[in-house]
Amino acid sequence: MKNNRYKFLFAAVLISVFLVQCDDDENGNVIFQETCSDGIQNAQEEGIDCGGPACEPCGEFLDLSGIFVQEDQAGRPEINSIFGSDGFRDDFNTTVPSQMGFFYKDRFQSKLLMDINPDYTTNVLAYNPEEFATFLSTDVLWLAETGETSYYDGTNILTGRSLEDDVVDATLLFIFGGADGTENPEFTSDNVPANDKPFSPSFPYLAEPFQE
Amino acid sequence: MKLNTMKRPKLFGTVAALAIAAISVFFISADHLDGPGVSGTSSDIADFYAFQSPDPNNFVFVANLQGILSPGRTTEQAIFDENVLTEFNIDVDNDLLEDFVIQAIPSGDYMYFFGPAAPVQDQNRSQLLSSIARDSVLISSVTDVQIAEVNGKKFFAGPRDDPYFFDLNQFNEVINNEDSEGFDNPGTDRYAGLNVLSIVVEFPKSLLPSGTVGVNPFAPDRPIYNVWVETKRRR
Repeated sequence: MKNNRYKFLFAAVLISVFLVQCDDDENGNVIFQETCSDGIQNAQEEGIDCGGPACEPCGEFLDLSGIFVQEDQAGRPEINSIFGSDGFRDDFNTTVPSQMGFFYKDRFQSKLLMDINPDYTTNVLAYNPEEFATFLSTDVLWLAETGETSYYDGTNILTGRSLEDDVVDATLLFIFGGADGTENPEFTSDNVPANDKPFSPSFPYLAEPFQE
Repeated sequence: MKLNTMKRPKLFGTVAALAIAAISVFFISADHLDGPGVSGTSSDIADFYAFQSPDPNNFVFVANLQGILSPGRTTEQAIFDENVLTEFNIDVDNDLLEDFVIQAIPSGDYMYFFGPAAPVQDQNRSQLLSSIARDSVLISSVTDVQIAEVNGKKFFAGPRDDPYFFDLNQFNEVINNEDSEGFDNPGTDRYAGLNVLSIVVEFPKSLLPSGTVGVNPFAPDRPIYNVWVETKRRR
């Protein structure tokens, strides 16, 4: 292991010395070049579209085989955790959206009215219990092709989900807020209005990880 | 252990590079694989985001996996599972069947991406879109951020701050009718100070046909896509 470590160190030194940074964005992050898929050996590539500082290593093996079987899915936030029940959460996660309504609408409606909010009649979306359960049980996120994205800001309604969206308050509002959103005010916000770290204005937008 | 499992250091200068290379070697030698805090949950989706980029010509999709990673060792040792495919699904015509997918699969030091392209699959079973060109990005570490930018698309894979903010404990009590008093004010962000493994893709909207109008009753004139994310394990 010790010898290997020296080999790695030597290799790392070699790589480090010969690496030339190809590009930087304003954050100082390394950006890959576009030459890596043009079918010719150019820039600092060691082979056609491989090697060098910018492209995949030559000879890197990607196993393309296999059938991939579904284990989890997510569309809108907190759907399964709220409306799923023990015994069918796993099944819900492996059900395709086109079949979700058929299998889960009645169970979601029952969960809403029996367990979560027996007083529910309608909400700010003007959904009666059956309409609300229909909406929820097909767990896909609507994403508007154009314009501002917001899960719910009172103006942009269900046009996607951005990092800043307080989806928990929106979900609580839908469940407990009644027709005009004013019912049960103690239940319609968890009073955590924003992330603990500011998001980045540029890609990848999520904040840097916490370090010890 | 292969040479190409090594993280490539970001260069500030030769000295810094040597230092980072040496540190990388130490971490790889110490433990390259998953710690007990992350094993067994490698396909667990923590969260899904889909939004218009600050560049209004682009969409951004985010899948967060293996949620709630403590800073330090747990985050540093968290890895993407090479047998787990993360697949973003896009339904254009509102039949709830995916018309386009973006696939992300890790191998070695890289996350590989296919699409957006039409899927070859039976909905909850997928194959990699091996016949089309793929993109890739070096998987980032906590300190070494790697972004790939190819043909108008951008890719990131690695640890990030968990962007979710949420008083989980109070929420569960309210939803389960165990708390008649309601939420605390201020609430307690269960996700504060914690990390997650993220896959972030930005791509031009022009790679998709137009969405369908009339799907969203609250934005009836705006074309809508149905989007969701799935994780699938290689069999």
